Amino acid sequence: MGGWTTHAGLAVALPLANIDTDQLIPARFMSVPRADGYGQYLLHDLRRDADGTLTEDCAFNAHADASILIAGENFGSGSSREAAVYALVDAGFRAVIAPRFGDIFASNAVNNGLLPAQIGAADYDALINQLGGGTVRASIDLEAGQITLAETIVTFVLDESWRIKLINGWDDIDLTQQHRNSIDTFKDHRRRTAAWAWPAAAE
Amino acid sequence: MSQPRTLLDKLWASHEILRRDDGVSLLWVDRHLVHEGSHHAFAKLAAREAQVATPELTFAVVDHYAPTRNRGQIADPQIARMIETLRANAHEHGLQLFDLDDPRQGIVHVIGPEQGLTLPGLLITCGDSHTSTHGAFGALAFGIGATEVAHVLATQTVWQKKPKAMRIRVEGAVAPGVTAKDIALNWIVRLGTGGAQGYAIEYAGSAIRDLTMEGRMTLCNLSIEGGARFGMVAPDEATQAYVKDRPFAPIGEDWTAAVVAWSDLASDENAEFDREIRIDAAEIAPTVTWGISPEQALPVNATLPDPTALDAGKAEATRAALDYMGLIPGRPLAGTPVDQVFIGSCTNGRIEDLRAAAAVLAGRRAKVPGLVSPGSQPIKAQAEQEGLAEIFIEAGLEWGASGCSMCVGMNGDLVGAGMRCASSTNRNFRGRQGRGARTHLMSPAMVAAAAVTGTIADVRPLLRGRAP
Repeated sequence: MGGWTTHAGLAVALPLANIDTDQLIPARFMSVPRADGYGQYLLHDLRRDADGTLTEDCAFNAHADASILIAGENFGSGSSREAAVYALVDAGFRAVIAPRFGDIFASNAVNNGLLPAQIGAADYDALINQLGGGTVRASIDLEAGQITLAETIVTFVLDESWRIKLINGWDDIDLTQQHRNSIDTFKDHRRRTAAWAWPAAAE
Repeated sequence: MSQPRTLLDKLWASHEILRRDDGVSLLWVDRHLVHEGSHHAFAKLAAREAQVATPELTFAVVDHYAPTRNRGQIADPQIARMIETLRANAHEHGLQLFDLDDPRQGIVHVIGPEQGLTLPGLLITCGDSHTSTHGAFGALAFGIGATEVAHVLATQTVWQKKPKAMRIRVEGAVAPGVTAKDIALNWIVRLGTGGAQGYAIEYAGSAIRDLTMEGRMTLCNLSIEGGARFGMVAPDEATQAYVKDRPFAPIGEDWTAAVVAWSDLASDENAEFDREIRIDAAEIAPTVTWGISPEQALPVNATLPDPTALDAGKAEATRAALDYMGLIPGRPLAGTPVDQVFIGSCTNGRIEDLRAAAAVLAGRRAKVPGLVSPGSQPIKAQAEQEGLAEIFIEAGLEWGASGCSMCVGMNGDLVGAGMRCASSTNRNFRGRQGRGARTHLMSPAMVAAAAVTGTIADVRPLLRGRAP
């Protein structure tokens, strides 16, 4: 996963609150291997009719080229399924901008280079009004913590550790291996001082 | 004198290997639970040619895709493949697997405690948001995504920023017919589905002390439905009594040392919380969700909201929810006909839940079809021994095997489009139980009441003259 500092692309609105992970990707698609791609399952039941055809009354469907999603509050609430992030990333999204995110979703997003940018309610309303059912060219600057949508500039909130991680595109396992000595020391200490914390051998 | 500390502070400190300058901690994981859905994480591990760092602390279970019937021959090749993949990964990495034919098999958050894998003072992770269930024992337990699962597999550690601390005190006694499920829905209504985002919740107060371990698990399980990744209850004598002599629980000197260590696992008297909520237990009624978010819930005897009486922001969401659910504004919630019922899940699939439902169903017939899926095979066996299974079957409900079943529908147990299900599960999200399915969350006893009346109904009159 590569890091990134700036991104320019088309922004699209999904002005609904509580888009939970079950809506982002219904459970029945989660057995698919990642290599097969998850983009087609993004918001499947919201965007497609019973036989899987994209519906015309969903404004979102007209803009497959968008890479920045402006969504309502509590986006990504619900399950820990990282497939919800895969669906967004594989559909071409680099950022979701919303007033609030589910905790596990946001952390999964950062682990996949997808920005979960938190904005205030008034800024959210302004962006949604500007977008309507269409797209607008937008840019994101991670270091400045800003989204520019046409003439509008909005500041977003992002945990500092997440900003660093997105910019560097770090792989946590590689990072952690640098601390192997500390981990081994901790493990030995815990083993000695809290032997009860190891499972007893079940018969 | 040192600074008074919360239970969260103590659990965090005892697992913190190091803390980076940006405030993120590297934490030691005492138990890592994996299931069929962990296939992405194992694939990530394989891509780096890495091995599981600590197989003896990693346990695998078949639950999300576990068939509730005809386990011998799985008809759906995709489901069979998911289970096969977990078997292959468990085998390759030398992990203990609770497979379909294992008498200990069940839902990961039910069997962890049942087998004594879950203990006070542990840090427990699992690629499932309802991992907060294990917090009922005074453990630091939280759901993680696939990238984090791969990280735990490879290192037995997890990076995590310490959440803020919230205490929800529930004081007084709940009325008969009111359960942990109702307490949970109550605070979620009050704070909203995102109300506890960024917090770890400690549940406290006399009503929480009075809960059984099963009840505490239900309560902690639902923490995520209010946005909290962590829920916990300080361990006490009830916790110890539950844990003692379970298969993987400490024995001998280890047990003695554990009990000493656990005695410190409580928030200090003057510990400061970032947020405190107080709820009067007596004010809680049997609660039912009417919408498509757990915060859209009401006492069973209330009337459905009227969007025209709400401010614009709330009105739209309310209208959309009522529309999806096929409900008419302003009508009473009770009396709404249901098409089917489901009792089970990591939220309410434990023995106490089955007893509560059976107490309502005994000697009665269900007016609608339904499925009962016990939380584990040991619970299934126990319920059969206690005569509960017979009550369900005689009432006309199907008695299935254990798994996540109709809570998430991955094993094919689905609710049809437009069908209304009274369900003891945890999410009433749009399409959660199947495309177009309409889910009403409630306690197992309330689901039983819905079964015998064929409608959403107050369980309390049905309990009169019966042992609750």
